[in-house]
Amino acid sequence: MNMNDFSSIAPLLMVTLAACATMLAEAFRKQDDHSGAKWFGVYGVIGLVGAIATSTGQWNESRIGFGVISVDNYTVFFNITIAAIGLLTILLSVGNAERDHLPSGEYYTLMLFAIAGMMMMAATTDLLVIFIALEIMSLGVYVMTGLKRASGESAEAAFKYFVLGAFSSAFFLYGIAMAYAVSGTTKLDEIGMRVASSSLDPSILLILAMILLLVGFAFKIGAVPFHMWVPDAYQGAPTLVTGFMSTGIKVAAMAAFVRVFLSTLEPLRLEWIPIVSVIAALTMILGTVVGVAQTSVKRMLAYSSIAHAGILLVGLAAASSAGKAAILFYLVAYSVTNLGAFGVLAAISSADRPHDDIRDFAGMWKERPGLSALLTVFLLSLGGFPPTVGFISKWYIFNAAMQEGLYTLAILGVLTSVISVFFYLRIVVMMYMSDETAPEHRPAVSGLTVAGLLIALVGVIYLGILPGGLISIAADSVASIF
Amino acid sequence: MPLIGGVLLLLLGKGRDSLVRQVALGISVITFIASLFLWTGFDATSADFQFVERYTWLPDFGISYHVGLDGITLWLVILTTFLTPIALLCSWESVDQRVKEFSFFMLLLEAAMIGVFISLDLFLFYLFWDAMLIPMYFLIGIWGYEKRIYAAIKFMLYTMAGSVLMLLAIIWVAYYHQTAVGVISFDLLDLYALDIPASLQTWLFLAFALAFAIKVPVFPFHTWLPDAHVQAPTAGSVILAGVLLKMGTYGLLRFAFPLFPDAAMQFAPYLAILAVIGIVYGALVAMVQPDMKKLVAYSSVSHLGFVVLGICAMNVVGVQGAVFQMLAHGVSTGGLFLIVGMLSDRRHTKLIAEYGGLKSVMPKLVAMFLLITLASIALPGMNGFVGEFMIFVGSYSETKVLTAIAASGVILSAVYMLWMFQRVNYGPLTNPKNKGLRDLSVREWIVIAPIVAMCIIMGVFPNIFLKPMEPAVKRAVEYVRGVAPVNAAATTTSGAFSALSDSEKTPDVLTAKGGQR
Repeated sequence: MNMNDFSSIAPLLMVTLAACATMLAEAFRKQDDHSGAKWFGVYGVIGLVGAIATSTGQWNESRIGFGVISVDNYTVFFNITIAAIGLLTILLSVGNAERDHLPSGEYYTLMLFAIAGMMMMAATTDLLVIFIALEIMSLGVYVMTGLKRASGESAEAAFKYFVLGAFSSAFFLYGIAMAYAVSGTTKLDEIGMRVASSSLDPSILLILAMILLLVGFAFKIGAVPFHMWVPDAYQGAPTLVTGFMSTGIKVAAMAAFVRVFLSTLEPLRLEWIPIVSVIAALTMILGTVVGVAQTSVKRMLAYSSIAHAGILLVGLAAASSAGKAAILFYLVAYSVTNLGAFGVLAAISSADRPHDDIRDFAGMWKERPGLSALLTVFLLSLGGFPPTVGFISKWYIFNAAMQEGLYTLAILGVLTSVISVFFYLRIVVMMYMSDETAPEHRPAVSGLTVAGLLIALVGVIYLGILPGGLISIAADSVASIF
Repeated sequence: MPLIGGVLLLLLGKGRDSLVRQVALGISVITFIASLFLWTGFDATSADFQFVERYTWLPDFGISYHVGLDGITLWLVILTTFLTPIALLCSWESVDQRVKEFSFFMLLLEAAMIGVFISLDLFLFYLFWDAMLIPMYFLIGIWGYEKRIYAAIKFMLYTMAGSVLMLLAIIWVAYYHQTAVGVISFDLLDLYALDIPASLQTWLFLAFALAFAIKVPVFPFHTWLPDAHVQAPTAGSVILAGVLLKMGTYGLLRFAFPLFPDAAMQFAPYLAILAVIGIVYGALVAMVQPDMKKLVAYSSVSHLGFVVLGICAMNVVGVQGAVFQMLAHGVSTGGLFLIVGMLSDRRHTKLIAEYGGLKSVMPKLVAMFLLITLASIALPGMNGFVGEFMIFVGSYSETKVLTAIAASGVILSAVYMLWMFQRVNYGPLTNPKNKGLRDLSVREWIVIAPIVAMCIIMGVFPNIFLKPMEPAVKRAVEYVRGVAPVNAAATTTSGAFSALSDSEKTPDVLTAKGGQR
């Protein structure tokens, strides 16, 4: 253990320290001192900015800390993405957390721990550490889901999510055990060597390990048939938590998914590509078709996020360097768009008026033209319209799929995108074209929330028009480890 | 193009409606004048793309911002910039809500439409093609009539469903370029040079053709059109009929046919059959419509059928006629929608039965109505005639039967248009509500006069329009005919589409005729 090891995990340390600081501040807060709680987010901001700064410094480095944390461009990419998701979430939360009576101390602490778990998950090269990271991340998010203590819905969602999540963790752990049984190690590179040497005739145990790991990851990103928790958890959780988990978890899980399947288990691609392709197809179809039938906007966005997971899996099935880079780009695009969309939802809902039914949006543009326009842009981006980032990211994935000859998946992908447009537009129709008007009393929006939403808007448009920079960064990140 | 700056300016101009209207109108007029400078600076003898701008955008994927004009797109761009200020002006009073958003979407639409026409990069083209749907969707959905939401969503989903498959085909072609030449490219000029095996062309052509056929719309894909047209506000209808439909035919001409010549020659007869069905079917359905706007909408289905027929003929006269007909239809149908809009502004109904005997109440409006109607039914000396005549000349040398059937569409169009005109304007003034309707206001004169003027100018001096497009049309035909292997002609059905030798002479004959008239 030396300085080198510590500098390798510097971004992780920053976030963890910030989490501890928040926790201590909460512990030493006076019972009736509410003004202090308002500023807990600041610790998080400091920690996350620090994480981004140290990560940026690690660009183009290549080393391993503590034998399990890899510092490479891939890690840096995900560290920065996840930290940015965290920053945006905090920015959007400051005004709302207090209004919705979320306990600020716990909220920020759990979020920061979850972020630390996510970063670790993207950075590590050891299956067991992936598992630990997964648990750190998940435990934080389970509790965040149930943070609205007064709401039965929130508690139900947290419970369902926890039970199913624990179940999938068990699958994942079994997968690790099988992999260990085959190769005698949990280190990815060593397993990879073992797999490569026996790839012509893989043992049953190895195939089983692969399938179990696949199940674990598929659960975390919400792919069919392991998507059952998604609608319930998304709907029940406080809106901002939904935005956070719909992006952060997907990014982190996808990072580890790609690392494990496209490097370690790469030699087995002939075995897993058919499985991933079928899952991708089912996920896209189910996400969009069921999404059409939803009247709750949060549930609808939950199915939308399932559909997006399907598209990500198309990138995985493409398994080319373009496919990997496309996944990275897609994750960023999806995150900034989805955070924006949930940010708007959080801004207009309040404890006494959930503002979740699609009819609540009727005539919203009259009262809130700015927020309506923002939500419209985010929804169009989710639907994949140019000139937003949603279009470029989908194009990039299907581009990779076409290059690899996955025509069926690509055709399915674009057709389901068309169907999904239908339900995104339903909200737009409600906001702009409906004659009826929902009862008003939408709460006031704080300046920081507006700032956060504008940042998301700039991201969506800027990356939609000038995606070149991020695309080449994504390609560099991928090139560093594969 | 300078327009995007204008759109941004409008975003800032928050507040009073009249100011917003004036700014929007000013911007669109300036754009129109700018586009006229393109015309004066245009070298009419060259087939090449002019005013080309090219910046690399995503070099890793061979995507660049590559735009330029040739003789075909020059006129389509001018048509767009010509109709936009008119559309803005015609909704000066009828759109009284959310004027700022309305003007914003109109200008956005204009920018996207120009983008579609000038793109020389398939990726860029698709981007504009898709982006254009959004403002149109809002225009129909917010400012339309009763069933607007249904119409808007139907419009959106129909067009998207067609175009996403085209996107995949575009990607495929770009990768084919990579395997054939070594670098990936979405550049149209690079892709023209490709020689794709005929067996592969079939699917690609179908993917492209489907997207464009829905947009045109060619016969079985036309069902979105009446809904969208009827429900759209007047300005939306004008733009929809005037410009958006032309994108489909333009796409066929610029992309689907030259990129996949073998498949194009193989499918051209079938497409021509569909076009002729569309001509007759559209005309017959138009005849029984009780609603004026729906009647005009179906007449568009019929008229666009002529354009597709001309393109399918794939000889210089036919294609030139098709392009001319695109322009003529844009102007005259735009005019018809304007007239219908003016009537419904006054009476809030578009049913033919509600009118009758208008001639005695507003003679000026009726006079304009008559001129545009005559232009639309292709009276010699008006713009509709030149295009349809050239199309028939072009397609006659290829297929006599289809041309004959299509020609019956001209008669039918005279029947339904004149019948409608008669029921609305002549006879006794039966409906007391129609008494005391005011005639054209100054604003409406400004709106309608340029249209009528264009109808006549295009009819009397077609050469102004035909000359600059001729080299470009020739080149397009050469791409399709020339690049195709010799045996492609043998594979086309029953030799219906074979020779082009005599077609080279005909434009001179025709333009001479045009001069005589």
